[in-house]
Amino acid sequence: MEALKQELKSKIIEVLNLEDIAVEDINDNDALFGDGLGLDSIDALELIVLLDKDYGIKLTDPKEGKSIFVSIETMANYIAANRTK
Amino acid sequence: MEANKYISQYCVIENNSVAINGEPQFALENGSFSEFAKAAYKHFGIDYPKFFKMDNLSKLAFLTSEIILKEVVNPAEENDIALVFANQSSSLDTDAKYQSSIADETAYFPSPSVFVYTLPNICIGEICIKHKLQSENAFFVFGEFNAAFMSNYANLLLETNKAEKVLCGWVEYYNEKFKAVVYLVEKQGKLEHNEQTVNTLYTK
Amino acid sequence: MKKNVYITDTNCVTPLGFDVTSNWEALLKGQSGIGLHDKLGMLESFYASVIDSEQLNTAFAGISGESHFTKLEKMLILALAPIISQHKITNRTAFVFSTTKGNISLLENENCEIEAAHLSALAKKISTFFGFTTEPIVVSNACVSGILAIAVAKRMLQSGVYDNAFVVAGDEVSEFVLSGFNSFQAMSQAPCKPYDKDRNGVTLGEAAAAVYMTSHSDEVQNGDMKILGDGAINDANHISGPSRTGEGLFRSIESAFKESGLEPEKLSYISAHGTATLYNDEMEAVAFNRLGLQKVPVNSLKGFYGHTLGASGLLETVIAIESARKNQLIGSKGFSEMGVTQSIEVIKEHTENEINYFLKTASGFGGCNTAVLFEKVR
Repeated sequence: MEALKQELKSKIIEVLNLEDIAVEDINDNDALFGDGLGLDSIDALELIVLLDKDYGIKLTDPKEGKSIFVSIETMANYIAANRTK
Repeated sequence: MEANKYISQYCVIENNSVAINGEPQFALENGSFSEFAKAAYKHFGIDYPKFFKMDNLSKLAFLTSEIILKEVVNPAEENDIALVFANQSSSLDTDAKYQSSIADETAYFPSPSVFVYTLPNICIGEICIKHKLQSENAFFVFGEFNAAFMSNYANLLLETNKAEKVLCGWVEYYNEKFKAVVYLVEKQGKLEHNEQTVNTLYTK
Repeated sequence: MKKNVYITDTNCVTPLGFDVTSNWEALLKGQSGIGLHDKLGMLESFYASVIDSEQLNTAFAGISGESHFTKLEKMLILALAPIISQHKITNRTAFVFSTTKGNISLLENENCEIEAAHLSALAKKISTFFGFTTEPIVVSNACVSGILAIAVAKRMLQSGVYDNAFVVAGDEVSEFVLSGFNSFQAMSQAPCKPYDKDRNGVTLGEAAAAVYMTSHSDEVQNGDMKILGDGAINDANHISGPSRTGEGLFRSIESAFKESGLEPEKLSYISAHGTATLYNDEMEAVAFNRLGLQKVPVNSLKGFYGHTLGASGLLETVIAIESARKNQLIGSKGFSEMGVTQSIEVIKEHTENEINYFLKTASGFGGCNTAVLFEKVR
């Protein structure tokens, strides 16, 4: 699980082009949206693509993303339980 | 006869170098556009993390405009600065990138953050957001730099009181080849605003 | 003193017909161009408003025997041809072309030279076909392009740079755009339902439309349209979502009214954007309410044509002009129950109503908005 969290952090930094943010800067329970990392609606859509591409998880309803993309912790838990690759 | 208009500031980016009002200010000897853009961003002390999410056309348009606007815009008040931009390749650089993400059936992952930049006017949106410019805007495409159209359109916006100032720009980017000429037209300044001077900014 | 500018001739090429008359008759019958289409590339079946290629080729053969044109080029030429045949092109005639993606499907061929996909190359091809002598002006400003093209042409005629202008707009349904809207989770699973409580996204469409504009009042007859004012103002809020307060649209409409001097009470009709996404329709309702326009009959034509991107603003203006000429409001297809929080007067069924002044609006990616006010010449 720890490895998955680290992997997610570096993927998010890369895919969402987060400049000047390092893996160490992101805590497992930091909010990804709003005040935390300050991600926006396009980032949320991009995270849906990331779930599909890297973990074989297809979200059919974008509203599901809301509860999944709360933090690295919630994302990792969801991926661990639902991944197909 | 309408009152004269002037070009108060201009910025040109090409060949990995930046010139402001004709004076070279920054250059990066070697490097890709994205390396150059990042170096210029740092050199001019810009602090706007969203910059790194932009596609190359938006980075180019944003940088060239920001160098002028950071001196001109007063964040404490409304700034009625219209944006009139044009280029030759539209958003084709990002279009090609997006197309490659849907070309392979075994690796078919269309990216929303790439797709959103497959419109040339997104770069105008980025500049407007940075400075809260709720003002006139339009993006045009021409086979080549069109000084006559640009100067006519800017003049008309000023003469019909659709804007107080007009930021005009030629922002061309395709596959590491780029050139941006951005200039501010208003009622005061040193350079008279007409087709000829606009052409000079582009060619010199 | 700025010159007056008028629209005298209109035409459109859509799945509902290849001229205004056939489109109008189809609209009166409540027909929609939207249908269910099979797999395209990696996309499973999807709803879209698509022009039948065979019918298009047959119609095009009546104009030209040349075969090297793309589908979009044929649509554009068919839209322009009957209008151009009525007028003379001079060296003071502007050619304004609105599109978002042009011949983007050429990129599907990996050997395609990028120059072929240039919007200016497409504009030049159409311009050469008809013998325009001035440099084509291509407006590519996302989903407001079609209506912005009218504002641009009007401004250039107003300033006296040109005497008259042909404005043409077109976009086609492509895998490029379909997959992109899909990645944005913005596609409706059923034909789109603008302003309805069950709306859940966009249906895409393809079309071309064209108008002739002039600053010479001796070319103008009763029933033609005078352009009273315009505005094209950015939200400065987000590149892919509209401002929640409709700020840019509010200011665009305000700017058009200010230029026109028209009292808002005189407005008889708004042809709105109505893409049927949650946020767009809500934003429009907010903007119209802020302007006190909530009692003016409003519709979206997207339920008939889908969202035709760079063509939509011009196509919907052509239909709105026909509405004004016939004094007939077209019911907003797909709407049954109010789905925006601020009340607006969505037209449920075709209604006869005198239309002397109407407003056309559009909003799009990049935070852009455009509004143009029209007056029927009487």
